[in-house]
Amino acid sequence: MDWHAPTWGSEGVTKFIDLTLNGISTGAVYAAVALALVLIWRATRIVNFAQGAMFMFTTFIASAVIDSGGSYWLGFAVALACGFVLGALVERIVIRRVEGGPPLNAVIVALGLLILLEAIAGMIWGNTPRSFPPAFSIRGYEIGGTRVLFAPNDTFTVLVVIGTALALRALFQRTKLGLQMRAAAFQPEVARMLGVRVGRMLTLGWALAALVGSLAGVLIAPSVFVGPNQFDPLLVFGFTAAIIGGLDRPEGAAVGGVLLGLVLSYVSGYEGASLVTLAALVLLVVVLMIRPGGLFSSTRERQV
Amino acid sequence: MRLPSRIRPPRLTLARSLGFVLLAAVVLALVSEALSSYNDLQLANGAYYFAVLAGLTLLTGLSGQISLGHGALMAVGAYTVALLIGNEHWPVLPALIAAVLTSAVVGVLVGAAATRLRGPYLAGVTLAFAVGLPALAGKYPSTFGGANGLVINPPTSPSWLGQSFPLERWEAWIACAGALVVLFAIYNLVHSAVGRSLQAVRDDEIAASLCGLRVARLQTLAFVVSAACAGLAGGLLTLVLQLAAPGAFTLGLSLALLTGVVLGGLGSILGAIWGAALLVLLPIWSNDIAHAFSFSTNVTNNLPLAIYGLVLILAMLLWPSGLQGALGLLGLRVSTSLKNRASTRYPVGGAGQERAAARRGGASPPQGREEEEVR
Repeated sequence: MDWHAPTWGSEGVTKFIDLTLNGISTGAVYAAVALALVLIWRATRIVNFAQGAMFMFTTFIASAVIDSGGSYWLGFAVALACGFVLGALVERIVIRRVEGGPPLNAVIVALGLLILLEAIAGMIWGNTPRSFPPAFSIRGYEIGGTRVLFAPNDTFTVLVVIGTALALRALFQRTKLGLQMRAAAFQPEVARMLGVRVGRMLTLGWALAALVGSLAGVLIAPSVFVGPNQFDPLLVFGFTAAIIGGLDRPEGAAVGGVLLGLVLSYVSGYEGASLVTLAALVLLVVVLMIRPGGLFSSTRERQV
Repeated sequence: MRLPSRIRPPRLTLARSLGFVLLAAVVLALVSEALSSYNDLQLANGAYYFAVLAGLTLLTGLSGQISLGHGALMAVGAYTVALLIGNEHWPVLPALIAAVLTSAVVGVLVGAAATRLRGPYLAGVTLAFAVGLPALAGKYPSTFGGANGLVINPPTSPSWLGQSFPLERWEAWIACAGALVVLFAIYNLVHSAVGRSLQAVRDDEIAASLCGLRVARLQTLAFVVSAACAGLAGGLLTLVLQLAAPGAFTLGLSLALLTGVVLGGLGSILGAIWGAALLVLLPIWSNDIAHAFSFSTNVTNNLPLAIYGLVLILAMLLWPSGLQGALGLLGLRVSTSLKNRASTRYPVGGAGQERAAARRGGASPPQGREEEEVR
C-alpha cells in the first residue's frame, strides 16, 4: 500500500493548519443545517428532508435580488425573511396534515417537497449552477508571510453561526415564547390546557428552523454555487452532523457539525476528496456504536 | 395499518403458494410474448424493483426498521454480478447466487449495527451508507471501473428458444424469475413463525423478549433477508442494463425505493407490486405529460420531477396507508354498499360504519385524526 505519513515539516504544519481552519468554517455551516434539523425534530418529531430544497430556494431568491441590482445585504435579509415565511407555509399547509401520523409518511411528504421545490427552482432559474457573491473577501489572512486558508468571509460565517446558536439558546431558555415553544413540543396536551397555542408554536418552530437553514444556504453558496441540486450534499452532511450530536440537542448539532467539518477536511486533504462521503459514514458508525443516541444523548441506548 | 390475522386471506400452504408462483410464471411468460421489446424491458425493470421492494416490505413493514440505504445494497449485488460475469465469465445463475450471498454478508454487518439504532438514527446511518458506499467505485477505479462502471455482455438466451428470441424478452424472463423466487420466499417467510415473531418484535420489543424471542437476532435476520433481496435485484439490474455504474445507485435510488414501498402500501406484498409499478410507470407518464405541452426547455425538463414530487405529497395526504390500503378501503366500501343494498333490515351505515369497518379491516385511517378533532 502506497500510503505516506504526512510530512511534519513547515509545509506539513501549514497544510494541517489550513485543513483545520477550513474544517472549522465548513463545519460551522454543517452545524447551522444540523441546527435547523434539530429545531424541527424537537418541535414535531419529523426529520425535515425538505430542508435542503428550502434553503436552496431562498438562496436562489437572494441571488435573484443581488443580480437585479440589490446589495448583498438586501439579498441576505430577503433570503432570511423568505426562509421564515416558507417554513411557516410548509408547516401550515402540508406538514400539519401528517404530524402525529406514521413517521414514514412525514418522511415521504418531506421528500416530495424536496423534489417539488427543486423542480420549481429548475423551472424558474434553470439547472445550471450560478455563482454567488461572498459577504467579505475570500482572500486568506496573511500570517508571517504565508497566506492561510481562512478568509474574512470565513470569520463572518463562523461568527454568524455562533451568534445564531447563542440567540436561539437565549430564545429557548430565557424568554416566555421559548418556554411556550418547548412546552408545545414536549407536552402538547398539557401545554394546550395551559393556554399555549400549540399549533402556532409548531408553525413558529418550523419558520425559525427554515430561517436558520436559509442562513446556512447563503453562507455556503459562494463555495458550492447555487443550483437546484447543489445543496443536496450539504443536507446529507447536516443530517449526519445532527445525528452525531444527538437529534434532541442543539449543542450537539454545533459540536457534531464542527467535528464532521474537521474530519471531512482532513480526509479530503490527506486522502482525496472521493473518500469524503465514506469518511462521514465511518465517523457516524463509530460515534453511534459508542453512543447510539448521539454524542450528547441523555437517553439510554436501545436494549438488545 | 396491517390486516389483523383473523381477517387475513387464508394462508396458502407451501405447496399451494408454489403452485401460485408457477401459475404467475406462466402468465408472465405469456404476457411477455405479447409485449413489445420496449415494454419487455419495462417488465424487467418492474421485476427487479419488486424484488428489492418485497425485501423492504419485510424490513420496514414487518420488522419496523427504516432503511435509506438499500440502493447501496443493490450496488453490492450489481458489482458482484458484473465482476463475476465480466471478469470470471461465470454463468448467470451462479453469479446471481453469489450476488445474493455477498449482499447478505454486507447486510449482516449493517443489520448488526442497525439493531442498536432507532428511527432517525438508523435512517441517518443507512443514508450515509447509501451516499458513502458508491464512493468506493471511484477510489478503486481499476477494480470497479470508476465513474464509468463495469460493462458486461448481454445474457444469451438458450438455443431451444430459437435464434430470433428477443434479448429484452429473455432479460424480462430472468428478472421475473428472480422476482418470483423473492415472492415465494418472502410470502412464506411472512406467514411463518419467523414472520409472526418479527411482527411481535415490531409491536413491542420488551413483550417480545419476555416471550423468549431474540430481538436483536430477529432484527438482524430481517435486515439480512432484505439485503439479500436487494442484492438479487442489483444483480438483475446489471443483467438487464449490462452495466454496473455508480450513477445508477445514487441516494435518489435509495429514496425512490423507500417511496415505492410506502406509496404501494407498507407491509403488504401486493403493495410491493404496486410500488414497483409506480417506480417504473410514474417517470414515464410524467415525462409524457411534460412533453405533451410546448413549454420552455427549463419547464419541460423539470416538469416530470415536479409531478413526481406532487404525487408523493398528495398520495401521502390522500392515502396515508398507501395504494394497497386505499384499494382495501375501496373494496370495503363497495362490499358495504352492496350489503346495504341487499338487506333493507339494517339502516344504511354511512361514513361512521365505513370508518369502523376500515379500522377493523386494517386499512388504517390517518392516525392523527383523533388529535386533529381535539385540536
